[in-house]
Amino acid sequence: MCLGVPMKLVSIDGTDAVAEIDGVQREASLMLLDEEVAVGDFVIVHAGFAITRLDEAEALETLSIMREVFDPEDMA
Amino acid sequence: MKYQDEYRDRDLVQGLAERLRACAAGAGRAMTFMEVCGTHTMAIYQYGLRGLLPPEVRLISGPGCPVCVTPNTYLDKAIACCRLPDTIVATFGDMLRVPGSTSSLMEERARGADIRIVYSPLDAVKIASANPDRRVVFLGVGFETTAPTIAGSILAARTAGLANFLVLSAHKTMPTPMQALAADPELAIDGFICPAHVSTIIGADAYLPLAEEFGRPCVITGFEPADVLQGVLMLAGQVAKGESRVEIQYRRAVKPEGNRKAREILDQVFTPCDAEWRGLGTIPGSGLRIREEFAAFDVEQSLALTVEPSCEPAGCRCGDVLKGKITPFDCPLFATVCTADAPVGACMVSTEGTCAAAYKYGR
Repeated sequence: MCLGVPMKLVSIDGTDAVAEIDGVQREASLMLLDEEVAVGDFVIVHAGFAITRLDEAEALETLSIMREVFDPEDMA
Repeated sequence: MKYQDEYRDRDLVQGLAERLRACAAGAGRAMTFMEVCGTHTMAIYQYGLRGLLPPEVRLISGPGCPVCVTPNTYLDKAIACCRLPDTIVATFGDMLRVPGSTSSLMEERARGADIRIVYSPLDAVKIASANPDRRVVFLGVGFETTAPTIAGSILAARTAGLANFLVLSAHKTMPTPMQALAADPELAIDGFICPAHVSTIIGADAYLPLAEEFGRPCVITGFEPADVLQGVLMLAGQVAKGESRVEIQYRRAVKPEGNRKAREILDQVFTPCDAEWRGLGTIPGSGLRIREEFAAFDVEQSLALTVEPSCEPAGCRCGDVLKGKITPFDCPLFATVCTADAPVGACMVSTEGTCAAAYKYGR
């Protein structure tokens, strides 16, 4: 029950939105969000509510830091 | 999510595991980390992450499954609700099979009780709106991720002028039990993998007392294999340096200050209270109850329930599993009397339960 699912916003009408993952669409309330979101943004949806926006720049930054472990000098 | 495949990349995971081996060997000591989120427990078993850990690093599971930590007294009250006349009980699905003292919601449904599984508490509000001559009781359990959604639903019901929507609330909050576990010398926890989506709401700063007063490193990680391994590596790095800080690995979803709006809505509807946890007993200030202003939406404040004395299933050791004192494999009922098809205890019932994860992936 505590699962939060990353979903893409496909439509927004006030605080009512529709989000999609793997072709499945769900209603997602935006009333708990403290930041602006737009259609196309990814959010974490938990129990019918978007609880946070997923930050693309941070996701890429984390991957980039992880990839550093392959640096041969770093592994020495 | 478009990055999901990359966070599951085999080479990336192996590289992180290699780095962890070097870090742990350099630390020259054994270390035990606890995860307190059921989804982390599932990920650790599902991806076989323990098999990638060096011998110095041990992961134990804590009270991370909200259904599992909900005591039998609550289930008995839920069952009493569904026996009331003209009443619909709405719930998330995994509450259905959890045994109460003498029955379960599933058994009650088989006997004719109107119990409906919903995906969102807002669905329960819709049921109340569509059934004005009946009472709808939503079973509100969960941590800081779920509690704001229940608060939002109560506000939505009030705005809609509904007098037949009620919540049986047993919400709990996370950092307080972690402090109780950190203080338990028998567990000797060296650091915490902090819950990811609870942290999107409460923020990383909520764990500062654990790091600063209890001296326990805290890292908030995501759920993909590379996320969890990097989180463990960050914890091991802190232990190796003798540090205890709060770090965010899951920066794509968690900020130091959390989600203020969700917390405001939560605080508008709920206020802290003492709470009973399965396995951990009563922990002061670790629960949330509905404020008196919203008493009309609160089962506890507006309905008189007749509940029989609660009892626990014989031989069940869910309480010790939830404290991390034993693994599921140490429980004599595990995979013998207690199975996924016929669960005895809550930890086997819920998909996020430690025993269910161990049963499905760990054997």
